[in-house]
Amino acid sequence: MGYTIFILLLPLLSFLLLGLCGNFMKPKAAGITGTLSTAAVTMLSYFTAFRYFSAGRGADGIFPTLMPYNFRWLPFNDTLGIDMGVMLDPIAVMMLVVISTVSLMVHIYSFGYMKGEKGFQRYYAFLSLFTMAMLGLVVATNIFQMYVFWELVGVSSYLLIGFYYTKPAAIAASKKAFIVTRFADLGFLIGILIYGYYAGTFGFTPEASRLMSAGMMIPLALGLMFVGGAGKSAMFPLHIWLPDAMEGPTPVSALIHAATMVVAGVYLVARMFPLFVGYAPDLLPWIAYIGAFTALYAAVVACVQSDIKRVLAFSTISQIGFMMVALGVCTSTDPHDGGLGYMASMFHLFTHAMFKALLFLGAGSIIHAVHSNEMSAMGGLRKYMPLTHITFLVACLAIAGIWPFSGFFSKDEILAASFGFSPVMGWVMTAVAGLTAFYMFRLYFGIFWGTENRELHAAHRPKESPLNMTLPLVFLALVTCIAGFIPFGDFVSSDGQAYHIHIDPAIAAVSLTVSLCAIGLATWMYARDRQPVTDMLASKFSVLHKAAYNRFYIDSIWLFITKKVIFRCISAPVAWFDRHVIDGFFNLCGKAAAWLSEKIRPMQNSNIQQYTIWYLAGAVVLVLILLF
Amino acid sequence: MDMVQMEWYLVLATVMMFCGIYGFLTRRNLLAMLISVELILNSVDINFAVFNRFLFPGQLEGVFFTIFAIGVSAAETAVAIAIIINIYRNMKNIQVKNLDKMKED
Amino acid sequence: MFNILMLFVLIPLLMMAGLWASRNIRQVRGVMVTGASLLLALSIWLLCDYIGLRRSGETAQMLHTSSISWYEPLHICLSLGVDGISVAMLLLSSVIVFTGVFASWRLQPMTKEYFLWYTLLSLGVYGFFISTDLFTMFMFYEVALIPMYLLIGVWGSGRKEYSAMKLTLMLMGGSALILIGILGVYYGAGAVSMNILEIAQVDIPVQMQNTFFPLLFLGFGILGALFPFHTWSPDGHASAPTAVSMLHAGVLMKLGGYGCFRIAMYLMPEGAQMWDEVFLVLTTVSVVYGAFSAVVQTDLKYINAYSSVSHCGLVLFALLMMTRTSCTGAVLQMLSHGLMTALFFALIGMIYGRTHTRDIRQMSGLMKVMPCLAVCYVIAGLANLGLPGFSGFVAEMTVFTGSFENPDLFRRICTVIATCSIVITAVYILRTVGRFLYGEVKNPEFLKLKDATWDERTAVFILIACVFGLGVVPFIFSDLIATGVEPVVSQLIK
Repeated sequence: MGYTIFILLLPLLSFLLLGLCGNFMKPKAAGITGTLSTAAVTMLSYFTAFRYFSAGRGADGIFPTLMPYNFRWLPFNDTLGIDMGVMLDPIAVMMLVVISTVSLMVHIYSFGYMKGEKGFQRYYAFLSLFTMAMLGLVVATNIFQMYVFWELVGVSSYLLIGFYYTKPAAIAASKKAFIVTRFADLGFLIGILIYGYYAGTFGFTPEASRLMSAGMMIPLALGLMFVGGAGKSAMFPLHIWLPDAMEGPTPVSALIHAATMVVAGVYLVARMFPLFVGYAPDLLPWIAYIGAFTALYAAVVACVQSDIKRVLAFSTISQIGFMMVALGVCTSTDPHDGGLGYMASMFHLFTHAMFKALLFLGAGSIIHAVHSNEMSAMGGLRKYMPLTHITFLVACLAIAGIWPFSGFFSKDEILAASFGFSPVMGWVMTAVAGLTAFYMFRLYFGIFWGTENRELHAAHRPKESPLNMTLPLVFLALVTCIAGFIPFGDFVSSDGQAYHIHIDPAIAAVSLTVSLCAIGLATWMYARDRQPVTDMLASKFSVLHKAAYNRFYIDSIWLFITKKVIFRCISAPVAWFDRHVIDGFFNLCGKAAAWLSEKIRPMQNSNIQQYTIWYLAGAVVLVLILLF
Repeated sequence: MDMVQMEWYLVLATVMMFCGIYGFLTRRNLLAMLISVELILNSVDINFAVFNRFLFPGQLEGVFFTIFAIGVSAAETAVAIAIIINIYRNMKNIQVKNLDKMKED
Repeated sequence: MFNILMLFVLIPLLMMAGLWASRNIRQVRGVMVTGASLLLALSIWLLCDYIGLRRSGETAQMLHTSSISWYEPLHICLSLGVDGISVAMLLLSSVIVFTGVFASWRLQPMTKEYFLWYTLLSLGVYGFFISTDLFTMFMFYEVALIPMYLLIGVWGSGRKEYSAMKLTLMLMGGSALILIGILGVYYGAGAVSMNILEIAQVDIPVQMQNTFFPLLFLGFGILGALFPFHTWSPDGHASAPTAVSMLHAGVLMKLGGYGCFRIAMYLMPEGAQMWDEVFLVLTTVSVVYGAFSAVVQTDLKYINAYSSVSHCGLVLFALLMMTRTSCTGAVLQMLSHGLMTALFFALIGMIYGRTHTRDIRQMSGLMKVMPCLAVCYVIAGLANLGLPGFSGFVAEMTVFTGSFENPDLFRRICTVIATCSIVITAVYILRTVGRFLYGEVKNPEFLKLKDATWDERTAVFILIACVFGLGVVPFIFSDLIATGVEPVVSQLIK
């Protein structure tokens, strides 16, 4: 499997080529370079997946973990060091497929979306960088390699959010995204340090005896790592960067902030899952609670947002919450007994990546047509953009969890796992699933049905996007239609053994009913030309509506902490202290010396006779001393 | 013996010395100060000669030294007067309190 | 007896003679470029040679050693020798001296005199790194300090006289402490040798170590911007001309860390054990304090100077952690910070030369006007905040992992606090970049500005390549440095 190294090298080469020589290339040539390399990577990933899964299971019924490459990149001491390499196991291979597929779609799509933009070459260079970093993250052989690429995806996200670097909102958003995730990464890093010290390795399979003797330090390390994961995966209250990250170009949002990078946190927890179950079982429920709360919170906020990308961003946060819940509700590694969530989470990660990328690309197509993110500029678009409409509907149905679209299957597994954990969790997640269906169809009706902004559409008639944009939409829609029927449990499960997915009819019926009711409600409220119910609700619960619209003021709290506390209460006083107290002290030393010399100086008053008196007085004193 | 005793010379030298010091400290005129310095020097010269004459009659070091000191003081006076003349040319007076040009401010 | 290391002193001397004789700016530049290239080539050769010798099984602590007696009664010798640390430091110095020449390519006026002092400064630096004799080291240290005063005072900007005076006085205060410390070491070790390697074999009485260690550590620590003796650094760097800032922050501040390690800690291990907690607190404060101070600065050079306080604090912090990994990390951090900060100062100088302001509130949208410089600045910024693939990450991770090897709670807490600096670093870097590079150009005057010239590009690209190289293939350097660190650390944890 030596060719797997090219999965990392090709995008890297493409990044270096485009980054260094991009300015000397025609935009189209740059785009083609990037796309071709990604296409090659996609082919390689598919080939790897095919080879990996067709090679079959080992004697113990588990797909073997392969390490075609691993070398010591930075030795720390005799035992510890950062290794760089490629590790293939079922979830890594699954992620390879997801990332390369979505990345390829985004590369193709961007030809149309970014056409004529200044910095087209730069854009493709950053996309390549991101693809390389994300792929490196998933095939990491150890936690430190993961951290290395974790930082690299963070920076490529920063660069891409801030792609429109003259736009103040984009600058602020990119900064916020980087700093918030960096803050979370601090936890990750400390977690890694603790883990490395006690486990004696940065690898994923340390010696059990060392972990046992470490006591409470391993749960601490894992908890801190989860903080890092929560930052990247936008868990409450570290989610604030994700909605703002929508300032970046829409295909970037689809790739980074919906399908791949934001699920890195989920992937991290899944990667460390055996350790979580084995050594920190008390932490898992907390992950589930955080995930559930995030899912609920984000779903509520999504119901009232008017910017379509914001709605999708909150929907992403909510769905990642689902994945976290699925991981958190696990109590063992046996999928038949409390370990179902692991598979459910990975399955949902897979299906979500496809349909959420589809939603974002669809939204991009709409934005491309109407030149606005606001729902008020849309309405009735189904006539103008049939293809976008159909694919968007498919994605909405999938995320709402309607049979036979992919979201139904994965969400159903998550609900089953949640009910297995506790009924309360199960019902909460079912309710959130209902909310999901509601806000997605609110969005759908708001864009394609509802009140049409005729004035705007008359002035600038929306038209269907070009082929290079619709083609990825169609492809992803097809994937969304069929992905649910993939026997996912046969590839990925918590104990590595084949697990046959079976739909629990009771749970399926409940979730379907709830989703259908929610869709019905959304249809009743938003599909018509006028929306009296909505306006009435908004005015009646104006406080709640306003609070939700402002995302429950979490951003303001963060702003308060950063602006007021860090800037005004720490940094400014520290700087003042430095300039006035410490520097003041040394200046005072200087001034004291000057003052002293100023005081002594009058003695040298150029009066020779006075000097003589001093001299004589001194001589007399000396003589007196010598005499007595 | 009606020879003049050594103490007489020494008293004379001391009186001269203190006159010189007094003059040096109180006079504001450079020339007067120079004259005072000469008084001090001469009082020392007298001491040299006297000690040589009374204590080491067979030797001449003290006398040599006196002559040497007279030579030096002559040279020194010449230099000092040259400086004073120059100062007078530049400043039109030779009052010592006016001589603070070399001090900054 | 000729030692190849002598060339590091002889070439600058020849350069100075050449500068003396040169009649116009072309000859001056010719001399500087030739000399700096020779030095660079020499350092690279030395690196390869050193690695080759180590590979072939050479186990002596120092290579290329030689000793010539200078003043027999005090056992002062011109003792030379290099280990992994000094080889790395020599390479760093050569790179920065070389790029500094290009960064001051168009400097006016009195170019010849400027380069004379500049070369003298580099001579002092090279001499310090190749010597193994206490007195010789001290002498070269002083040689490096004095030109600084003139370079800042004459060719600087802003409150240059004040800054030059402050910098020189504070560093001189440090060197007074060092002199006392050196004498203490010399007499403590029985007054038989000034050679570090020989003194290390002798046990200095613990009482003397406890007295003289803080003197030496503080003396060198002042040069390494140890809190609270760092205030010369912001003012000094802000006033210094570009290449001098580069050389000063990039190399001269490393003399501090190098001296702390090579002289203070190596020769007085018990003293180090005794005092390390006190100094650990100071360095931890340095790390966080520098970063927080940088957050609210508005002058680009001040931002970078405070950032240097933070990063150099990390060097001393790592040294005091006294594990093999953390000390290797400290040397890596010296290399990395030297390159990055030189890059920063070079870029700031170039931007200042165009906009005539360093206040980030008065600039905006420079990315549009001078894309090359702006992109390089962003790269430098990302390297500075520890992005993988650049040297900062490698160094910081080594430092943190090494510090974490100490199992006691006090050091752990210090480590965690120091780790927080990586977030604060991100805050001030991104704030700065967002403020003056991104956005629309608000000042119409700036629209006329030109991008980097070829000589500026040369300087910047070489530095970026080094930062990148160190970040991508760290294993070469970490092995190299580990060979130098090993004897010192084994002395420490004995």
